[in-house]
Amino acid sequence: MYYSQTMKELISLGINSIFIVLIISVFMGAAITLQTAYNADNPIYPRYLIGLGCRDSIILEFSSTVVALILAGKVGSHIASEIGTMRVTEQIDALEIMGVNSISYLVLPKIIATVIFNPFLTLMSIASGIFGGWLSVVATGILSSEDFIYGVQYAFIPYYITYSLIKTVVFAFIISSVSGFMGYNVSGGSLEVGKASTRSVVYSCILILLFNIILTQLLLS
Amino acid sequence: MIRVIKANKSFNGVKVLDNVSTEFDAGKTNLVIGRSGSGKTVLLKLIVGLLEVDSGEIWYDKVRFDALEFKKRKAIRMEIGMLFQGSALFDSMTVEENVMFKLNMFTGMSQSEKRKRVDFCLQRVDIRDANKMLPSELSGGMRKRVAIARAIVLNPRYLFCDEPNSGLDPETAILIDKLIKDITEEFKMTTVVNTHDMNSVMEIGEKVIYISGGQKYWEGTSTEILKSDCQPLNDFIFASNLARKLKS
Repeated sequence: MYYSQTMKELISLGINSIFIVLIISVFMGAAITLQTAYNADNPIYPRYLIGLGCRDSIILEFSSTVVALILAGKVGSHIASEIGTMRVTEQIDALEIMGVNSISYLVLPKIIATVIFNPFLTLMSIASGIFGGWLSVVATGILSSEDFIYGVQYAFIPYYITYSLIKTVVFAFIISSVSGFMGYNVSGGSLEVGKASTRSVVYSCILILLFNIILTQLLLS
Repeated sequence: MIRVIKANKSFNGVKVLDNVSTEFDAGKTNLVIGRSGSGKTVLLKLIVGLLEVDSGEIWYDKVRFDALEFKKRKAIRMEIGMLFQGSALFDSMTVEENVMFKLNMFTGMSQSEKRKRVDFCLQRVDIRDANKMLPSELSGGMRKRVAIARAIVLNPRYLFCDEPNSGLDPETAILIDKLIKDITEEFKMTTVVNTHDMNSVMEIGEKVIYISGGQKYWEGTSTEILKSDCQPLNDFIFASNLARKLKS
């Protein structure tokens, strides 16, 4: 039963987030590349540095932290409102009466699902972000495709991917546990469910930003 | 038999149950009546363990329920079925999945055995051709019936109903009341029903307890209730003009 619940959450919280992550990553990758290109428009800088800058920005910060902030809004509010609604409509009480440990049944599968699936979202985001950057240089002609691809491959440090994935796992845990906690402890009616949903997004975002600094110091220093 | 001994409960310093002691007879439909906010739901939640007593005792036969740890309560909770005021069906599950939930969680039955049991329970509460429907597609009366089917799927010994006919039209309310009484007799359950509906009292009440302001004022049978000289109870029963005229 817990296995099937986890599978459902993988679809609901993971698979259903792929589209928004891909769309945002492609556009953000394009924007990052164009901004880097316009700000590095100087003969001193080699042109391929634009590709390198795009790659490192996406891997180090965008695909882990910014995508986590976006998912805190999408997934976090979904979790808090779903569990909060179950609380105010006595569905959680019904679970308890049946002898089911409601926290294990409702919150744990969501934590497992996000912690397992979010690293894949990050990898997809990295790939689509760099693809978006390439599309933007091809479309605008601001840089040749060869220069961009050379820059993306230049001085690549594989550990950056590991760093990004470690951050993603921590952020996924923050999003699902904070939102689960907020939803589970709702009391009142639909207004309180809405407030809990908002609180879960705000607290998740603050914790993500805080842990972003802590993890960066720990992992990159 | 379920016994409540000197149960007290306060929220933020406000006493909502004050030294309530009573017994719910085995195999009978026991009713707890009182105005909205009188403490009926709190009493019910204390009995099933959704809330903890500040002081007092809750006994299921020879087991003191309130003193048990969470894990040890599970054995008794497996014997409890509960019908909530708003039905509390799981929104994301179909009717069939709702009724099958306990079977999936706690039994090793095969899929066909579970289906058979679900169909039996749904037919018992007169729900047909709705197995694949979601709770949001059902009427209020149908939701209550499905919730009753879910409550009885594991043949519980105790059935608790919190305002089972709230929000229903009088005709459907009587049908739900009768269904609860029939099921209580058929499955030999101890049933406790919270209500403020006097129709329910007269239709199904075998033992009736009246609560007001968190205190128990009266207990007796549904035939004794009309002859009671308990003033708060009479004020409650004969609150409407029609009831007063009928009495006079």
